[in-house]
Amino acid sequence: MTFTSILFDQELPPANDTLPPACFSDLHLDHLVERITAHKDEYGLKPFFYTLPAKLETILYRQEIVRDLQQQPWLAQLKAFATQMAQTRRYLAMIEKLDFELHRQGWFLEAALAYCQAINNLQTAIETTQLQSRGFQALRDYLLSYTQSAQFQALAQAAQAVKTALSQVRYTITIQSGRFSVRRYEGEGDYSVQVEQTFEKFRQGKVKNYYVEGYDSAGMNHIQAKILEFVARLYPEPFALLAGFCQRYATFVDDTLLRFDREVQFYISYLDYLTTIEHKGLPFCLPEISEERDVFARETFDIALAGSLALSSQPVICNDFEINPTERVIVVTGPNQGGKTTFARTFGQIHYLANLGLLVPGRTARLFHFDRIFTHFEREEELRNLSGKLQDDLQRIHHILQTATSRSVIILNEIFSSTTLEDALFLSREIMARLLALDALEVWVTFLDELASFNEKTISMVSTVSPENPAERTFRIIRKPADGLAYALSLAEKHRLTYEQLKQRIQP
Amino acid sequence: MKVLLLHPDRDFEPKAPLPSQSEALIQDLELETLLQTMAQGDKFLYQTARQVLLNSLHDPSEISYRQDILRDCLTHPEVIRQIYQIPLEAIYRKQKHWMGIFSRTPGGILSSAVQMLEMFVELLRRLEQIARTEGEKFHSAGWQRFFEMIRRELDEAYFLQVEHHLRQLRFREGVWLSARLGQGNEGIDYVLCTPNPPQGHWARKIFSRRSPVYSFTLHPRDEHGARALGDLRDRGLNLVANAAAQSADHIDNFLNALRQELAFYICALNLAEALTAIGMPFCFPEMVSAEQRKHTCTGLYDAALALTVKQNVVGNSLNADKKDLVLITGANQGGKSTFLRSIGQAQLMAQSGLFTAAEQFSANVVSGIFTHYRREEDATMKSGKLDEELGRMSEIASHVRPHALILFNESFAATNEREGSEIARQIVDALLERHIKVFFVTHQYELARGYHRQESPRHLFLRAERKSDGSRSFKLHPAPPLPTSYGVDVYRKIFNT
Repeated sequence: MTFTSILFDQELPPANDTLPPACFSDLHLDHLVERITAHKDEYGLKPFFYTLPAKLETILYRQEIVRDLQQQPWLAQLKAFATQMAQTRRYLAMIEKLDFELHRQGWFLEAALAYCQAINNLQTAIETTQLQSRGFQALRDYLLSYTQSAQFQALAQAAQAVKTALSQVRYTITIQSGRFSVRRYEGEGDYSVQVEQTFEKFRQGKVKNYYVEGYDSAGMNHIQAKILEFVARLYPEPFALLAGFCQRYATFVDDTLLRFDREVQFYISYLDYLTTIEHKGLPFCLPEISEERDVFARETFDIALAGSLALSSQPVICNDFEINPTERVIVVTGPNQGGKTTFARTFGQIHYLANLGLLVPGRTARLFHFDRIFTHFEREEELRNLSGKLQDDLQRIHHILQTATSRSVIILNEIFSSTTLEDALFLSREIMARLLALDALEVWVTFLDELASFNEKTISMVSTVSPENPAERTFRIIRKPADGLAYALSLAEKHRLTYEQLKQRIQP
Repeated sequence: MKVLLLHPDRDFEPKAPLPSQSEALIQDLELETLLQTMAQGDKFLYQTARQVLLNSLHDPSEISYRQDILRDCLTHPEVIRQIYQIPLEAIYRKQKHWMGIFSRTPGGILSSAVQMLEMFVELLRRLEQIARTEGEKFHSAGWQRFFEMIRRELDEAYFLQVEHHLRQLRFREGVWLSARLGQGNEGIDYVLCTPNPPQGHWARKIFSRRSPVYSFTLHPRDEHGARALGDLRDRGLNLVANAAAQSADHIDNFLNALRQELAFYICALNLAEALTAIGMPFCFPEMVSAEQRKHTCTGLYDAALALTVKQNVVGNSLNADKKDLVLITGANQGGKSTFLRSIGQAQLMAQSGLFTAAEQFSANVVSGIFTHYRREEDATMKSGKLDEELGRMSEIASHVRPHALILFNESFAATNEREGSEIARQIVDALLERHIKVFFVTHQYELARGYHRQESPRHLFLRAERKSDGSRSFKLHPAPPLPTSYGVDVYRKIFNT
């Protein structure tokens, strides 16, 4: 197979102005992608995260790549390649802004040197690495023929020869007020050393460093340009070589490798993000991608939350879920602030990331190859207009029911909380029936315990509290019947307000 | 070049942390009076005196190194004060002329550094002159080494060399750099070349240049160009400016170290003069190693008390060689606390290299000096008094090491005598077993009698003397503890009954 893309085996890449899917902000995937792509603006990676591959085949193509990337030093070698390619691009971009020809030529040479080094290093690395993925194997074949091409070989040799000639140039400048002269260097001594030696006997302990930093920044003013012009006159041969080089190799970057450099950052940026939360000891895995709805995940968690907690000592709580072949809806109930919303988000995130072909949070997982994710989370700002809100809620759910298919994932979080209990119950039952008819996969976070036992297709999961201290949330969501009352009783006991306790305290 | 007047082999560390018990020592031994006398109102002297006095030496040979230097100082105080003026003069001139290296450009840094170096060279010349004319009169190893170093390192040839560089560093003939081409053909590795030999010099003819020369003169209104050229000059001067500025700092540090180390001897001169003025004697103590048990003196007095009352005070004699425990009992206001203070002061002074306030004094060095005094009730204190005392004892216990000296004054008496004695006994027994020398002033008969019954040759019992007419001599004598104190006497005296 010929190599074209490390991301899309047989699909077209997304447009650069692709927008995020609607579910992104509810699932906090927007924060996640911001973090992942921070400092990587130049690659324009967001469209890759906003677009799910259409074919299962593409997901599997990517999973192979991810598996190969989990071996060191291959990942480190790819990062080194990226650094050198970035340098090449930066030099080439900089040349556009430079004023002096000899200066431009000098940086053009640096760009070519960085590029040749990037390619050669990558070629050496890929030859010594066991790679199983079709994508990387194709890249290896491509690189081999590219680096052996006469054109690339000539470029690399010429660049090195010019650099060697220029680095041997040494000259002196005499500076007087308003005037300077340039000569060839002829073995003059270093005066700073002499001054240091004279005062050596007083040297004792550490003193302040008076060396002024900041003179080494790149750039050239007209004085330096004039000096360079004189230097070129003192040493004409190396500068003639340089001019010839620039003319002959005006364009040298290969388009396919340039595209690879951008696309492989999709994987690298994600893996880099994972290393920022590595110290939390959280598991990640490549999930099995299933066309069926019997899904599960062990020890999964909210990956965006894990990123927010990366610098804190607070632990990230892991949860399991499992939906059997006959089941469709997870109904989550239990005390507030108990991790219900996080759980719902986790379910959406893990599915989205799995369908991107990436590692997902969790020890093991089998996840559904869905077509779209729909979310409806209550938002605080919407509470201002209550009657408007109910209408809005229903309109959005109606839209979801119209658009979703049996292959969709739907996540509802605390809808109808602003209406009466009776209304909420009625509406919820209606919606539940329609959702079940749709046959989609669903997570529904609700305060209505009644929904938890709707029928055999619903699974009840409950956020739990610590048995010793009911006020303390464990943030664990476990599969068990909804039991709001037991929780209320234990809290009452803690506050010594049960029937017996209260009787004891209020003595006749 | 190192000063080495406080330690034979290393610099004095003015910022070294003080032992944890320092605050207690200052309070319990009334060191404030001594420090004030040594400082004579000079803050810097005060800090130095405090630092040196509290950070004791532990090696008898280091102690005698300082003692010898101090003897020379006491013989030639005017020379010492003259040398001490040199670093003070440097400080004065820096302040007066706003000297210092504050610039942010190498050119600016270099010219400030050269200015400072010129000033320092003049002062170093003065130091060299003193070394040449007065050095012979000093006999201690420390002073001889110091003067010898000055004469050797700062000879006339050296001053000429330095002055030559200081003239060169003004670069009247322009700055000459070498450079290479870096990335993008930008100049890198700017190195300042050794300045031209003068016109007509033989070296000039040998190194006649073969390279073509390309020169450029800026347009007089090209300000941007002038700045760029100035930047380039600064780049070239960067390393040498750093070298010159650091050299100035190093000489400044040398003069500061000189001031710092001499300050202690100035303090000692001040103290000696004050004691002489009130007619009190002092002597250089003879110190032996920590493993020995030696504590012998005659005419030992509380220097703080003498300096406060500005008159002759009573001295005590002690013969506590081969003793681990000295237990002091006897009449109230009979001089027990004063004696204990004088023991502590003498040990600290001796281990800082000072003379001691006695006619004769010899002792073993100790690994640390600690005081545990009964304190007045503190209104803010929440915990009980015994609790507080035990807390302080626990603090001492976490720092004390074998061969230390601990002075107890009426400790652990904040409970009934049986309990207090028992606590004290357990503590003292443990300390003695760990080879710690203990002086214990106590009213607790139970405690004193317990040790007396042991009839150990390692224990010494002193008692505040009471004459038959009931008056006190403030002298202590070896004597077994008596079951009663003399509180009734004090009562009588105060109430005139």
